[in-house]
Amino acid sequence: MNLNNFLIPALILIPLLSGVAALLMRSDVPRRILLVTAATIHSLLTFLAEGAPPLFNNWLALDALGRLFLCITSFLFLIVSIYSIGYLARERKAEKDVRFDFESSSILSNGPESLLTACLLFFLTAMTLVCVSNHLGLLWVAIEATTLASAPMIYFHRRRQSLEAAWKYLLICSIGIALALFGNFLLAVSTATLSGGETELLLDDLLLLAPQFQPLWLKAAFIFLLVGYGTKMGLAPLHTWLPDAHSESPSLVSALLSGALLNCAFLGILRSQQILIAAGFASFGQELLIIFGLVSMGLAATFILHQTNFKRMLAYSSVEHMGILALGVGLGGAGVFGSLFHAINHSLTKAMLFLTAGNIIMKLHTKSTLEVRGLSHSLPVSGALWMAGFLAITGSPPFGTFLSEFTILKAAIEQGHYAIAIGYALILAVIFIVMASIVLRMVQGKPLDGQEAPYESEPWLSVAPPIALFGLVLMLGLYIPPFLQRLLVEATRQLGGAL
Amino acid sequence: MNDLIFVLLILTGFVFLGSGRLQFAIRTLALQGILLGLIPLLGNWQGLWGRVLSIATISLVIKGLVLPYFLTRAMHKSKVMHEDHPFVGFTASMLVGIICLGASFWLASRLPVIASMPSQIAVAVSFFYLFVGLFVIMSRRKALTQVLGYLVLENGAYIFGVAYAIEAPFLVELGVLLDVFVAVFVMGIIIFHISKSFDHIDTDQLSTLVG
Repeated sequence: MNLNNFLIPALILIPLLSGVAALLMRSDVPRRILLVTAATIHSLLTFLAEGAPPLFNNWLALDALGRLFLCITSFLFLIVSIYSIGYLARERKAEKDVRFDFESSSILSNGPESLLTACLLFFLTAMTLVCVSNHLGLLWVAIEATTLASAPMIYFHRRRQSLEAAWKYLLICSIGIALALFGNFLLAVSTATLSGGETELLLDDLLLLAPQFQPLWLKAAFIFLLVGYGTKMGLAPLHTWLPDAHSESPSLVSALLSGALLNCAFLGILRSQQILIAAGFASFGQELLIIFGLVSMGLAATFILHQTNFKRMLAYSSVEHMGILALGVGLGGAGVFGSLFHAINHSLTKAMLFLTAGNIIMKLHTKSTLEVRGLSHSLPVSGALWMAGFLAITGSPPFGTFLSEFTILKAAIEQGHYAIAIGYALILAVIFIVMASIVLRMVQGKPLDGQEAPYESEPWLSVAPPIALFGLVLMLGLYIPPFLQRLLVEATRQLGGAL
Repeated sequence: MNDLIFVLLILTGFVFLGSGRLQFAIRTLALQGILLGLIPLLGNWQGLWGRVLSIATISLVIKGLVLPYFLTRAMHKSKVMHEDHPFVGFTASMLVGIICLGASFWLASRLPVIASMPSQIAVAVSFFYLFVGLFVIMSRRKALTQVLGYLVLENGAYIFGVAYAIEAPFLVELGVLLDVFVAVFVMGIIIFHISKSFDHIDTDQLSTLVG
C-alpha cells in the first residue's frame, strides 16, 4: 500500500468535497475556516506531490510542467483564501448594515457567500485537474470546468455590469472551448494515419508517436487549440472578456482569475506545443506564438493608455503579460525558461496588485483612477503596496519580473531576432510610462474631499497577504530556491528549451 | 445518398441565417440536430456499431429534442420572439453565408483527404458551420439568438467529430457534454437573470463595459 497513490486523488477530492460542504453550511465563520483549511491541506499536498505515480491508465499524472503550474495555483489559492476571511467579513458587514455596495456606493444585494466559497473550491478542483491531466480530452473537460466554476463568482455582486461581464465571459470562453474541441477532433484525425490504427489522446502516447502524424492535420489542430485555449488565456484579439470579468468580479476572484486561471489555459497551449515539438514542427508553433504574443502586448499597451478604471488597467496588464509568456515560449531556448519563470512572477505580482486594489476599493468605494488621490495618506500600507506592485509588474529591478523579462529579451537578441527584441522592449517601456502616470497620480498628492477619513490602521488580514506575495516576488529577483530552479529547468526541457 | 445529408445541412445553415423569428430558428436547429444524428450511421465503422448507434441516439435526443425544448421555454419565459434589428440584416446575412461557404470549401480543399470519409464535403460543411456560428454571434443583439449561434458553431465541431473522429474514445461524447453545459448553464441561469434584471434579453443593452 503506497500512500503516494492517493496524492493525486486527494488533490482533486479535498477541494471538491469541501466545496460541497461549503454549499451546505449555514453559518459564515466555520465556512471560512473550512476554506482556509482546505487550501492549506491542498498546498501541503502539492508540495509533497513530487513523484506521485500516474493513475487510471496514465490519464492522471504529474510531470514537471504540470507540477509547476499546480504549485502556482495552489499557493496563490492559499494566500487568497486567507485574504478572503477579512474581505468576506467586511463585505457581509457592509451588506448587513446599510445594504451598501462598497464598490459604487449604491444599494445592492450580493450573491450568497456559501455559493462564492463553494465556487472558489470547485474552481480550485478544476484547475488542479487541468494541471494533473495527461489526457488531452480530460484537459479539455477540466478547462471547461474552470469556466463553469468561475462564472457565478463574477456575478457575485448582483449588478448590471457584473451580469454583462459574466455573460461575455461565458459566451466568449464557450466559443474558445468549442474551437479547442474542434482542435482535439483534428488531432484525432491526424493520428489516423498511424499503422497501428488510431490512438487515444494520451499525452505520453502522442509525444511518442507524433513523428508519424499527418503533418497538415496536426498543424490545423494546433491552430484551433491555440486559438481556443488562447481565448481563455486572454491572448489578443480574443481577450475581450478579460477586462470585464476582472474588473467586475470581487477582487479576490480577480486575483485568482489573473494569477491562476490564465496560467491553466496557457498550460493547454503548452501541451499542444509539446506535441508539435515531438512531431518536429516546433518552429510552426513558435512563429504563431510570437505573433500572438506581440499583438497581445501591443494591444494591451494601447488600452492601458486611456484607462480610467484601475482594475481594468490591471486586467489589460494581464493581457500584456500573457503576451510575454507566449512570446517567451515562441522564441524557444532560454526564452522558454524565462517564460515559465515569468508565469510565476506574474501570478504573484498580479495577485498582490488585485488584493491591494480590493483594499483600495473597500476604503474608497470607487474603481476610477480619477477619484483616487493621495493613497499614501489615506491608506499608507496599501498605498505603498500599490506603488511597489506597480514597480514589480512593470519589470523594474530587483524584482523577479525583471529577471524573467530580461531573460526573454536576452533570448531574442541571442537568436538574432532584433526586430522582436526592439518591439518587445519598446512596448515594455511604453507600458511602464503609462502605468507610472496612472499609479503615481493615485498614490501622491492630497486625498480628495471625503477620502481623507479619520486615520485608522488597516486590518492585518487585508494587508498581510499582499505583503507576503510582494516579499516572494522580491525574493525571486535575488534568489531562486533550489527546488523551484530544478522544477523550472525540468519543465523547460519538456518544452524543448534550454538554459 | 451520403452527400445528401451534408447538402441538407448547408441548406439549413442558410435557412438559419435568414430566420428572424426565434421559434423558426430553433426548429431549424432541431432539424440540424436530427441530421447530425444520422451522420454517424453513414460511416463504415466495422465493429463499432454499438458505439455508433448510441452516439446517433444521444445526438438525436439531445440536439433534436431536449435542446430545442429548453430553448423554446427560455424564449417564452423571456418573451422575446423575434430578432428585431440585427446588426447585419437577414438578406446581407445570406450573402455573408455564401462567402463563408466559399471560404470553407477553399479551406477544406487545402487539407489532405481522409481515408474513412463518409462524404467529400463533410469537412467543408463543418467549417461552414463554424463560420456561420461565429457570424451569428457577432451580428445579432438578443442573448438567445447568440446562444443559437453558439450552438451552430458547436454543431460545426460536432459534424467533424461524428464524421471522422468517432474512433477516438470519449471525444465525441465531450461534444455532447458541451451541449448539456450550454443548456443548463448558459441558457437556464444567465438568461433567467438577464430577463429578470432588464425585462428583456437584448445584449445590446449590456454595453456599459467598453474600452
